[in-house]
Amino acid sequence: MKFATSTSPHTFQTDSVQKVMLEVLLALVPGIIAMTWYFGWGILVNIAVSVSVAVASEVFVIKLRKRPALPVISDLSAVVTGVLLALALPPLLPWWITAIGAAFAITMVKQLYGGIGYNPFNPAMAAYALLLVSWPKHMTSWLPPSMLNSTPLDFGQVLNVIFTGAMPAGLSWDTISSATPLDEMFTRLDMNQMIEEIRQSPLWGDFGGKGWEWVNNWYLLGGLYLLFRKVISWHIPISIIASLLVLSGLAYMIDPAVHPFPAFHIFTGGVMLGAFFIATDPVSACTTKKGQLIFGASIGALIFIIRSWGGYPDAVAFAVLLMNMAAPTIDYYTKPRVFGEVKDTSDD
Amino acid sequence: MHVPGTSINRNKRKLWQFHGGLHLPDHKSMSMQRPPVDALLDDLLVIPLQQHIGEPPEILVKEGDKVLKGQILARANAYVSAPIHASSSGTVVAIDEQPVPHPSGLSATCITIETDGQDKWDDCLPEPISDYKSCSADELLERIHWAGIVGLGGATFPSRVKLNPGPNKPIDTLVVNAAECEPYITCDDALIRNHAQEILHGIHIVMHILSVKLCLIGIEDNKPDAIAAIQKALSEHDTGDIELVVVPTIYPSGGEKQLIQILTGKEIPGNGLPADIGIVCHNVATLFAVNNAVSKGYPLISRMVTVTGEGINKPQNMIVPNGTLISSLIERAGGYHNNVNELIMGGPMMGYALSSDKLPVSKATNCILVTQKDNAPANTPAACIRCGKCAEVCPALLLPQQLYWYARARDLDKVQDFNLFDCIECGCCAHVCPSHIPLVQYYRFAKTEIWAREEDKRKSDIARQRHEFREARLARIKAEKQAKLRKKKEVLEKKKAADVDPKKAAIEAAMKRAAEKKQKLQEEGKIPANTENLTTAQQRQIDDANKRRENSES
Repeated sequence: MKFATSTSPHTFQTDSVQKVMLEVLLALVPGIIAMTWYFGWGILVNIAVSVSVAVASEVFVIKLRKRPALPVISDLSAVVTGVLLALALPPLLPWWITAIGAAFAITMVKQLYGGIGYNPFNPAMAAYALLLVSWPKHMTSWLPPSMLNSTPLDFGQVLNVIFTGAMPAGLSWDTISSATPLDEMFTRLDMNQMIEEIRQSPLWGDFGGKGWEWVNNWYLLGGLYLLFRKVISWHIPISIIASLLVLSGLAYMIDPAVHPFPAFHIFTGGVMLGAFFIATDPVSACTTKKGQLIFGASIGALIFIIRSWGGYPDAVAFAVLLMNMAAPTIDYYTKPRVFGEVKDTSDD
Repeated sequence: MHVPGTSINRNKRKLWQFHGGLHLPDHKSMSMQRPPVDALLDDLLVIPLQQHIGEPPEILVKEGDKVLKGQILARANAYVSAPIHASSSGTVVAIDEQPVPHPSGLSATCITIETDGQDKWDDCLPEPISDYKSCSADELLERIHWAGIVGLGGATFPSRVKLNPGPNKPIDTLVVNAAECEPYITCDDALIRNHAQEILHGIHIVMHILSVKLCLIGIEDNKPDAIAAIQKALSEHDTGDIELVVVPTIYPSGGEKQLIQILTGKEIPGNGLPADIGIVCHNVATLFAVNNAVSKGYPLISRMVTVTGEGINKPQNMIVPNGTLISSLIERAGGYHNNVNELIMGGPMMGYALSSDKLPVSKATNCILVTQKDNAPANTPAACIRCGKCAEVCPALLLPQQLYWYARARDLDKVQDFNLFDCIECGCCAHVCPSHIPLVQYYRFAKTEIWAREEDKRKSDIARQRHEFREARLARIKAEKQAKLRKKKEVLEKKKAADVDPKKAAIEAAMKRAAEKKQKLQEEGKIPANTENLTTAQQRQIDDANKRRENSES
């Protein structure tokens, strides 16, 4: 009788990369619903465009590499990348910009480095950065949240704007678009206005921008689900939020007239999405626990620095990309003490 | 980090936790439904010569010899070695290479005995020692060595060596490993339930040998019957120096390093042994064997083996004579169930798959596990996404994903930087990997590559030394030769100068005399010419010559 032979261990958990990605997608659902609620159908159209181009790009490269495409596609990582990119894009962005972003993310940032597991940068964020520096005007033209939007577009109009660029009759870009709260805050701070004045604007909610704060809340909920399901560990998100809170809190204590309240930082822009879904991308983040704390805290600090003194209103993408570069080095210097390792006193 | 001690923990001993580990479904009840039975005696027993770590023993029998049960077949000559004994009476029919259970699938020297069915004991067995306390440690160690006892937890290191750490390493604690943390395996559990008293006696003997005052028995809390058995034995024979410590069930708590950490909070240093921190650790089955050897005078010729798994009809424990073929154990356990996938020696986490069941049981065989295809995961390895799940479960606190990365890249220096050699190959990392990467396999590969490289380096170092030595020797010989030659030449020249040839001297003296004579004649005005007493013909010739000279001159 002949037996199969494999090496130990002979039992495996049934976890798979696909399951991990499914959990991430599931955790994104509340945030996606909230985004759609506040910013309209454009969010879903963006997701559809981004995901289909991402998956198609992946198939294309895998075919070029003469490998079977199905196992690669079915790990759902391209879908996650597509969704994350779409969620960072303005709701009425022309479809071809979204498509360029998704294709760039998958072909250049992910597959050229060898596919899943080998990319040094977060594909969605690298693509976002490319789009932001290439089409800054398009990329910063957001819609106001639904409660402030006097002219909400229906689904057909949204499709029309995104795919043909044709505005509904009687409307122009200037009448329907609006700056993001972050943009508003820092542009006016640059014009030497005081926070008190800026806060008079109807854009503001309880903590951050109206609508935005709730979107962030729902992302936070999804993030807590991922923590609960042990898909991610707490180290990166908590250290990002803590470091951002501490730095913005210090700045606020020093001069509340020109530094926004810390909760503004946390609940505006892409902090929750970035902290729980983007910076935690294991491939491009640190893997040691100590390293993850340094990685997260540095992202939080970079977000605060770029927001306060940088040229771009939101900073999550740049902060994450900069720290992606530092991750291997941080990992190297934060190796945990191995079992039975005799402490080397010359180290300290 | 500690969890509160359990009720049986007499001194409320603080329990420690090791990093990582896994809660695995234990599948242990499967083989505990039936009481242990004696395996049937095979017609042929194939006894591998090497069943321990260390030097192979020297064969004392030859083909055709009649042997009795317990008779020594091969004698241990080296310190780190162990003898082997006949596990039943019969005739030696072959001493040759046979396939043995080893991950490599290679063959090794085995002694094959055709049993006579009488199972007759050797008459020359040593006397049982009833009062071990009157014996010296050396006498008892000698007995343990004679009995061929090796670590039965799987490491098969000769027990005598482990029990004799030397005067530089004072031992204060004996740790008894009854954790049996691998799923499916129940041989220690079964042994404890049926032989707690003997195991306890073995513990006392070993404590006497080591002269330690404290023994900690570590057992996982999923074995209530075994715990009760030890408690009962302890209560009947309480000496106050043995503590039964029930530890939480978490794989791999039965790893030597992990169990010691749970019980004492101490970590065995990276390149060290438990003896370095004053601890000796033995498996319960080893202590049972010690008791058999000392109190009964029996060598180690059989052991408890769990035959289990979904691919077996009647999973159970068996007391198996050394050298019995696995196939006959399977037969005794009701044969294979349908859809058999793998035949594994050991547990599902660290055992190795065998390609055939025509292999003998050795001292290291604690479990034969037969898995079914239905339960086999269909997985093709995907790329590592660096999720870090492996690092979370690693009991050695390693970074398995980094080790994998560098092992795959064959960066053997980096992989050692990340402490490859602290990996105990427990398999936790591969078990949780969502990409189903056979991580342990990569580590084994890297370890083997490093060993091979070190061996190559050692060889090339030797070769280089030899080459350099040869070059130096040739250069020295050449220099010596030249010096010799030069010396010879010098001597020759000196001799030439000093030595005078008598003939030459006579000639020189004659020439000198002639010159003196000539000078004297010249001074006297006489021209030296032999022109007197000439014949007329001669005179005419001279005159002619003078005339020609004058003519030519003018």
